[in-house]
This record gives sequence, structure tokens and C-alpha cells, in this order.
Amino acid sequence: MSSVFLHDALIYLATAVVFVPIAKKLGMGSVLGYLIGGIIIGPFFLGFIGEEGKDIMHFAEFGVVMMLFLIGLELEPKNFWRMRKLILGTGIMQMGATTLLCFAVLSIIGFTWKAALACGLALSMSSTAIAMQTLREKGLTKTQAGKSSFAVLLFQDISVIPILALLPLLAVSTIQASSGKQATFLAGLPGWAQTLTLLIAANAVVLIGRFVFVPFLRVIARIRLRELFTAAALLIVIGTAYLMMLVGLSPALGTFLAGLVLATSEFRHELESDIDPFKGILLGLFFIAVGASINFKLIIDNPWEIMALVCGVLAVKSLVLFVTGKISGLSFDQNMIFSLGLGQIGEFAFVLLAFIAQLNIMSARWSDTMMGVTAISMTVTPLLMLLNERLILPRFGTREAVEERQADSISGEHRVIITGFGHFGSTIGRFLRASGVKATILDNDSDRVELLRKMGFTVFYGDATRLDILKSAGADNAKILIAAIDSPEINLDLIEKTKKEFPNLTVMVRAKSRLDAYDLIDAGVENIYRESLDTSVRLGVDALIRLGFRKYTATRAGQNFIKYDEGALRLLAAHRHDQSAYIFKTREQISIQEELLTNDREVVPNLHDHAWDSDVYKNQE
Amino acid sequence: MKKILIVFAHPRFEKSRTNRLLLDNIEGEPGVVLNDLYEQYPDFNIDVERETALLSEHEVVIWHHPFYMYSAPAMLKQWMDLVLEYGWAHGSQGNALKDKLVFNALTAGGTRQVYLPDARNRFTIRQFLAPFEQTATLCKMIYLPPFVVHGTHLLTDEELAEHVRLYRLLLTRLSNNELHVETVRQYEYLNDWLLMDKRQ
Repeated sequence: MSSVFLHDALIYLATAVVFVPIAKKLGMGSVLGYLIGGIIIGPFFLGFIGEEGKDIMHFAEFGVVMMLFLIGLELEPKNFWRMRKLILGTGIMQMGATTLLCFAVLSIIGFTWKAALACGLALSMSSTAIAMQTLREKGLTKTQAGKSSFAVLLFQDISVIPILALLPLLAVSTIQASSGKQATFLAGLPGWAQTLTLLIAANAVVLIGRFVFVPFLRVIARIRLRELFTAAALLIVIGTAYLMMLVGLSPALGTFLAGLVLATSEFRHELESDIDPFKGILLGLFFIAVGASINFKLIIDNPWEIMALVCGVLAVKSLVLFVTGKISGLSFDQNMIFSLGLGQIGEFAFVLLAFIAQLNIMSARWSDTMMGVTAISMTVTPLLMLLNERLILPRFGTREAVEERQADSISGEHRVIITGFGHFGSTIGRFLRASGVKATILDNDSDRVELLRKMGFTVFYGDATRLDILKSAGADNAKILIAAIDSPEINLDLIEKTKKEFPNLTVMVRAKSRLDAYDLIDAGVENIYRESLDTSVRLGVDALIRLGFRKYTATRAGQNFIKYDEGALRLLAAHRHDQSAYIFKTREQISIQEELLTNDREVVPNLHDHAWDSDVYKNQE
Repeated sequence: MKKILIVFAHPRFEKSRTNRLLLDNIEGEPGVVLNDLYEQYPDFNIDVERETALLSEHEVVIWHHPFYMYSAPAMLKQWMDLVLEYGWAHGSQGNALKDKLVFNALTAGGTRQVYLPDARNRFTIRQFLAPFEQTATLCKMIYLPPFVVHGTHLLTDEELAEHVRLYRLLLTRLSNNELHVETVRQYEYLNDWLLMDKRQ
């Protein structure tokens, strides 16, 4: 193993470990942490990494490739079909208008129409990596803004295929190995043939996915070696990417298609959990590399040009997005998140710009500049999102706090705070209200906040893990905090902050699964409510009843089972730490199930007590 | 010192002035444990193991409850059905409760005068409590006369305070073992014994 590799790995990993926690502490999100880390270790500041940063970026772009594979996996064709109108509508509008505007501006600056069109297409891309990561971290993926962002990003990601296919048609001259050794199979062909090749390749991936990958995975799965399956998953992703590169196509598209095809196979979840950690690390690496690749020399040489380009692009893109959002009916808050979140130029622009340069459509100087602008715009986005969240939305959008009513109103008396008013939290809120207990609600979906306020609830809008919002919601004087947020990570974050800042608050937490419950037990939470437990048992009780059990007997069995399971949860949670090896989450789920099933058979006393049982008398008297 | 377990059953404790005062700070008394059944088992799913363990630890058991429809609230009957198991509480092998003291402490809306053979309720409290008395006997326990607070709706604050004082006195005597079973059994209510004893 070369020491250069270890040296690089050391620097990148250390950067991630140092800067991301700091960024998280400051409430900035991990993406910004990676980017800032990258800038600081980059050639301009500390110089830990120099020009090779570019190579690293190419390597780390593989994180994007994996992300697209995962997006493809998560997007079953069925869901894809259901979202088709949103994807097509917002996607076409965003890409069309952005490209057109950029085309017009660039033409005026003096680009040839071909260069302006190619460049405009590249600029219309947004960064799936940054936008989706930021939205997920803020728990916004299920809001209207989240859905619209996903639709637009997906449309862009897909449309890279035809764009790449069409670009050769714009080529000024048929290039003959202009980029030297890098000549691919594709580069040697005339324009129409290149387009045709692309279409054939895309279809080939779909066919190979269905008729080669799935049977292949079945064989591997039968061998029952965990690491072999991981290797196979990586092999599929890397193999697809490599083949696409060999032909001269975007590897990201190939893997996206492969993911989409595999989404319907039985290996979907297995693949997801195998690839996910690799994707996470590589994406982090990608963000660091983007930060490090920002050419500050270019900025210092032409500060106004770069500034103007960045601002111009961001303005054009955000404006188009805002209008798109407005037309598709987003409220102001949601629209701001949507249009600022996607305002940057995306990672696909790197691919497209490189291809454009390779085709000699645009000069190398310009494509370098545009790549710089892309990197800077990506860095600025998380900052803009932060400004939007802290400064713009509280002032112009849905207000964070409820306007002070008369001082004598009872709003100060709310002793319960509910964070997250989705399907879980809302049921709690309704029940408490029906019982005459008023609760203060915290939610980060502005549409829902508006509705709830109209209905007379006291609602605070914003990120529940922010201390200032918790304070203004009255966490100092409240008695109970109900953490009902959908994302287990955000819930956990909230609980840890609450324990530290508001030690007097009783915390009651929603847990999505047994595994989340374990994490919560580790965090020292007493009151844990697994959302799947009571309902599942109730269904089981009803099933027993339908099988002919007396209702009371079945109900008692259910009650006992819940009690027993709560006990088992605490026991196994402690026992979990005995296991020496680290186990993947899905694997852990299975081993937990196994343990439970074995214990159940031995312990569960359900229906075997002697209550109201007269037979015992018969036997003994 | 004898340890006392109050097995308390009241579905609307928060609305009962009399019982709230009777049990106010009751666990401050030495050796007294309050087992609030409706608070402990809101789903009627009684934990038999817990209950038998509690019973084993105490020498005196009080069934404390309002007098609903001439008997105890449903939870107490559920408790008796489930906890007093054959082979543990009764039967040839069931000696777990042998020689423990037990009695009912109850609150009734009606006055003592309406619980007479020729009055509106036609039977005395003692007659109504026959199932409790016989259950105790079956379990080889020593059943004492009940402690009864009558006419709860009509009680003035002073009268109620007097009942509370008597109940505390009873607990102290039980705890200090200052109670002669044969003497006490001659009275209809424990209240009568406490008052008589005071006058002497």
C-alpha cells in the first residue's frame, strides 16, 4: 500500500471528522461542513492537497454515481409513474426556461449559438447531491418543496442522457482524438452514430439489469456470504459505470438505469443497505473535493467576472425555479426552499462541461471558468439556504412564533410541546386537545403550519432542534416534550439537546422501530413509544378473534404480549453491546428477530395462566 | 410492627372527596403501602405475580373501596378472581395468606339507618359483605368487621375529619398490633370498636 494513498486518506477522513461536527454544531448541515473543510485544506489555504484535488474529484464523482444508483433503487417504476406529471411539468419548465435565458445572456456576451446552447444546458442542471442531502438533513423531503425538488432533479438527471446524446450534433467539427489518449469508442464516430450508440447503450443497461443482474444476484445470495453480496453489489455499480465510460457515456446514467431496473427485484433493500455507506463516504469526499477545487486564483484574477457569473447564474436559476414553483402552486415558504435549494449548478455540469470541451464546442478557458463557477455556486447554496431559514423566512414567510396575543391569554400555560405534527404527532395532538389539554406544536412544514394556525393551534414554525425556537415555544416552562418527528436521527438530536439544555423537561419519544428504540435507550430516554408495537398487536388480537378466540382472552393475550415485549426490549438493549462484532443494520434486525422468536417460545405466558380455569379443581379434588 | 397493604379500588378517585381525605398522605404512615388498582391497571390486566408478591410481604390487608351497587367496583372483584388462586391462596396446598388479617374499608352514600332489615336497603352492610367474609375464610385469613364511612354526601368537613382521624387511629393500632381479634369481632363495625374504646 503506497504511503501516498494513506496520506491522502488521512487528510480527507480527518477533514470530514473535524469539519462536519463543527458545521453541525453551528447548525449549518454536513454539506457545508465538507465544502468548507475542502476549501481550507485546498491549495489556496493550507495546501494539504494540491492539483491532485481534481483527480480526487473525478474519483469522488463516483459517490454521485452511487447516489444515482440508490435514487434509481428507491424509485420504483410505480412511484415514478405516479409522479410523472410533476416531473414532466416542473422539469420541462425549469430546464427549458433556464436554458433559454442562459442561452440568451451568453449569446449577448458573445458566445456562438452552439456554445451558448451547450453551456445553457449544462447550467440548467442542479446538484442532486447537495439539494437532496440538505433536504434530508432538515427533514424536508416529504414537504411540497421536497417533492418538487425531487421531481425537478430527477428530470434533470434523466435528461442528461438525451443531452449527452445531442451534444455531438453541436460539435463544431468532427473531433479526431482531440483529447489525445482519452479517445473512446464513441469519440471516433460521426454525430448521428454517437446519438444512436447512446440510445442502444441505455436500452442495453435495462435489458442486462433484468436478465443478467437479477439471476446473478440470486446465485450470489444463495452462497450466504454477506461480504460477497456487498462485493457483488459494488461490482454491478462499478461494472455498469465502467462499461458506460468505455463506450464514452455518463456512468451516472448507467447506474441510475441499473438501479431503476433493480428496484423491482427482491434484492432492493439488501442492495440499498450495502451501497449506502460507500455512497455516504464518497459523497463526502466529493463535497470536499469540490471545495478544494475552487480556484481562488481565478477569482482573484477576474473577481468581477466570476462574481457576476455566479450571481447571474444563481439569480436566473432561482428566478426560473421561483416562477415554476409559483405556477405549480407552492406557498411562499416552500417556494423559497425549492428555488434556493436548487439554485446552484450541479455535478452533472462537470460531466457536461468536460464533454463540451472535449467536443471543442467551447474554449478550454471558458469551460474552466464555468467549472469554477459551478463549484462556487454549490458552496454558496447551503449558505443561502441557511440565510433563508434564519433571516428571510422568519420575516416574510410563515412566522416562526405566533404573534403575541393579549398578555392575559393562556398561551403561556401550555405544558406540552409536540415536535413534528405528521400522522403520528397529529393523532397525539388531537387526542390531547379532545381531553382539554392545549399543546404547543413545532413543525417545519410551512403548509401544515399555516393550516394548523388557521385551526387555532399554537404552532411554531422551524427546525425543532434549534434552541432558540425551542425556547420561544416555552421549553423552559413546559412539563413534557413529545418528540414525534419522522426522522429518527432528528429525533435523537432533539432529545440530546433537550436533555442538556432543558433537564427538567420530561421527554416522550416516538420510535420508528426496535432499533431506534435501542438507540433511544442508549441515549437514556425513559419513555419510548414504538409506533409499530400497539397497532400490530391490535391487529394480531383481531386475527385471533376471527379465528374463534373469545375477545376477552385474545385481548388479554395482546396486553400481556405488549408488556412482555417492552420488558424484552430493555433486556435485549443491554445485551446488544455484548456482541463483539459490528453488524450491519439489516443483519442486526434479523438477529434481533431470531432472538425474539426463540425467547417468545420459552417465555410468553399468554394464554397459559390459570385465571378463571375450573379444570384445576377437577384434577386435584 | 405489622405491615399493612391497602388494596384500593376507585374508578373516579379524583372526584371522591371522602376517599381523597381518607387516603391523603397515607403512605406517610409507617408500614403502610397503598396499592391503587385503577391507577396500576387501567386496562384491567392485573399482574398476578406482582400482587401475590405484595400480599406475601404484608400481614394486614385492607380492601378499601366505595360501596357500589352493594358491593365493590369491578376491579376489586377482578383482583380477587385472579390473584386469590387455587393452590396459592386456597385449597389444601394454598396457605400463602393463612392467618393474615383482612377487612373492608368502605364509603357509602346511604346512612347506617337505611342498611337495616326493615329499611330501604333491606340488608345490613355486614350481610352485603358476606362474599368477602367467606372468601377470606376460604383463604384461611382472619376477617375483621368493616370500617365504614356512611352518608358521604351529607358529611360536614368536621365530621369527615373525625372519620379520617379514626381511620388513622385504626392503622396505628393495626401496625402496633394493639388489636385483640376476639374483642374486635364482637363489634359490627371497626368504627364502633374505635369509638367505644375511646370512651372507656
